[in-house]
Amino acid sequence: MPDQVLFATEVVLNGLMAGVMYSLVALGFVLIFKASGIFNFAQGVMALFAAMTLVGIQNGQVPFSHLFNAIFGTKIHYFGWEVHSVIAILLTVIVMIFMAWAVQRYIFQYLIGQEPIILFMATIGLAYFLEGVADLMWGAEIKTLNVCLNSDTCLPQGINTVIDSVTFGWFGYGFFVDNLDISATIVAIFLVAVLVIFSQYTKQGRAMRAVADDHQAALSVGISLNYIWILVWSVAGFVALVAGIMWGAKSGVQFSLSLIALKALPVLMLGGFTSIPGAIVGGLIIGVGEKLFEFLIGPMIGGATENWFAYMLALLFLVFRPQGLFGEKIIERV
Amino acid sequence: MKKTLFAAIAATLVSGAAMADLVFPSLSYRTGPFAAGGIPFADGYADYFTLLNERDGGIGGVPIKVIECETAYNTEKGVECYEATKGEGSLVYQPLSTGITYQIIPKASADGIPVHSMGYGRTSATNGRVFEWVFNYPTNYWNGASIAVKHILDLNDNDISGKKITLLYFNGAYGKEPIPTLEALSEKHGFEFNTLAIDFPGQEQKSQWLQIRRDQPDYILFWGWGVMNQVAVQEAANIRYPMENFIGIWWSGAEIDVLPAGDGANGYKSLQFHNVGSDFPIFDDIEKYVVDTGKAAGAGDQIGTVLYNRGVYAAMLAAEAVRTAQDIHNTADITSAMMRDGMEALTMTPERMAELGLPNFGPTFQVTCENHGGEGLGAIAQWDASATKWALVTDFIAPDDEVIMPLIEADSMAYAEENNLDLRCN
Repeated sequence: MPDQVLFATEVVLNGLMAGVMYSLVALGFVLIFKASGIFNFAQGVMALFAAMTLVGIQNGQVPFSHLFNAIFGTKIHYFGWEVHSVIAILLTVIVMIFMAWAVQRYIFQYLIGQEPIILFMATIGLAYFLEGVADLMWGAEIKTLNVCLNSDTCLPQGINTVIDSVTFGWFGYGFFVDNLDISATIVAIFLVAVLVIFSQYTKQGRAMRAVADDHQAALSVGISLNYIWILVWSVAGFVALVAGIMWGAKSGVQFSLSLIALKALPVLMLGGFTSIPGAIVGGLIIGVGEKLFEFLIGPMIGGATENWFAYMLALLFLVFRPQGLFGEKIIERV
Repeated sequence: MKKTLFAAIAATLVSGAAMADLVFPSLSYRTGPFAAGGIPFADGYADYFTLLNERDGGIGGVPIKVIECETAYNTEKGVECYEATKGEGSLVYQPLSTGITYQIIPKASADGIPVHSMGYGRTSATNGRVFEWVFNYPTNYWNGASIAVKHILDLNDNDISGKKITLLYFNGAYGKEPIPTLEALSEKHGFEFNTLAIDFPGQEQKSQWLQIRRDQPDYILFWGWGVMNQVAVQEAANIRYPMENFIGIWWSGAEIDVLPAGDGANGYKSLQFHNVGSDFPIFDDIEKYVVDTGKAAGAGDQIGTVLYNRGVYAAMLAAEAVRTAQDIHNTADITSAMMRDGMEALTMTPERMAELGLPNFGPTFQVTCENHGGEGLGAIAQWDASATKWALVTDFIAPDDEVIMPLIEADSMAYAEENNLDLRCN
């Protein structure tokens, strides 16, 4: 096989993997938008907040220690224990559920019936608030994230040697695929399966879908909007935690995690804001598209094309399908 | 009664003027995507001045006042900070961002306040004949590129013809700074030079590292900042690139850049223009007079880290320029114009650094009217993952002036022509 074809195949494989990482972020946006019509600008910051909380709990960090130390002149930073990853994840989920309750109780309960742009602006405020709280709670330094089942089994990173050696045996060129990306793919498949089962086969899931279809109709049959929105924000918080773990394992947990939302926007534009499969397929198309473009055309025009190309690709799709690939077509009669 | 009141107010004003502080604005970034790098620098900068106040009563008997202004590494906010603090008697600006530096160079030059962009900013500002108010000692990006190539020459018996060197860079003004230098050095030494750009923020670099894996460059030079650094080091480890052949600029060589990659980062190198670690007497004083007394800017746990040390070094150079200015003008209470004179006459010798409790902490250099950048020396540091420590593995190396100086001359003269500036130092 010619070298260029081999390289392109490797690029496509890695594009698919990168696409899954983008989809993980996009899923959180879709869940909230589908259920409440809110475009949650704070989704990226929720991933940051969740990942910081996870590492803080794992390391036994005292929350708000910088604040306490500044006020009381103490020098307390850690409790002196470490928490197992699984327990830390469970505790983080509880924190995210609390956050969902607080968001609903103190922000959106007062904004029911407001224009979508008002709700969107509220999420911008929420994003800045959460950024500040996360820094105040856990500090702004970069934290190393290790999610481990035991001392030998941690989230793997680095080249997958099996794929490398098998493809080398076949083609004389070993493909690079990152173990972390493979893990993310498995987690994403599991996550989507759980979300589908939850929404199709559980009472709460069906109620969520009913609210997504028609708020007022759902209200008329006795579904509590308040409860469902807390549930949706909690699930989005859990998805944010998963995205935060996967991205944070790569770069360390730091403020820039909140910027992963930028990668989710073209995915949403392409896949549609209301479709879980759309978030997945959109992510894969964006991932493969941007990587192939960078490989084939990038070197001719100075490289670093991925950021703008993803948006260009999404805009191109929008010309033909304004609702995205899987989004609902909204027709308003005037 | 009125006369008495007037006299009292006048006396207060006069005595106030006599007691005026030495004002150092600190354009810090403790928030935003680059906060992890901005915090230790700002802490080091503030702690050194606090030490001088607490231990020595200021500089020459005049207390120091640091005015911190948050830029979030954002150029617009940086300019706002400049405008908000310039009227406070500010002696020197250290903008801590190439973008902010470019914006305030014309403003500060018009306002008569010196700018010190230490290891960043406009490289050709080293030409003092053109840039009266701008200084970039002890070194700059072009020197950094040259020092990295000199190190590679050292490793290869001074023959790198045919070798492949790739520059992996932040796709912006900062990242593109070394390209002309490396192109000139490529012609001189016969190595193959390639570039690979990474867009902000740089969390996804798979394309670039697949390209590197295919091309197999012998050395990678890296101009990154923020999350780009951590991801690049991790990706290099992922593709099993020999880390000792991966050399970052000084803004890509702190503990925070390598710790997330764990053992995979072992052997990664970076340029430095000051020493690393906490094994210097000055840090004992900072512990005693600043941290233990609860006056530290941060938690006191950053002492000895690369970026904290850089903040201390920046403050120390500013304080030494103040001392020089006080000597030149025979007054302790100096103005920004006097500060500029002090900066232009600054000489850092090994003896002086030892006296300051910082032996061999930075390169020796001398600033002159013509040369605002000093001799431009830098060193190579290497990361030891098991000890989680950086260590200098070379002495301070001089750049290749034969290549650098013509580039500086050409760029600065073009600036002088564009802005109708008369040349100084004749």
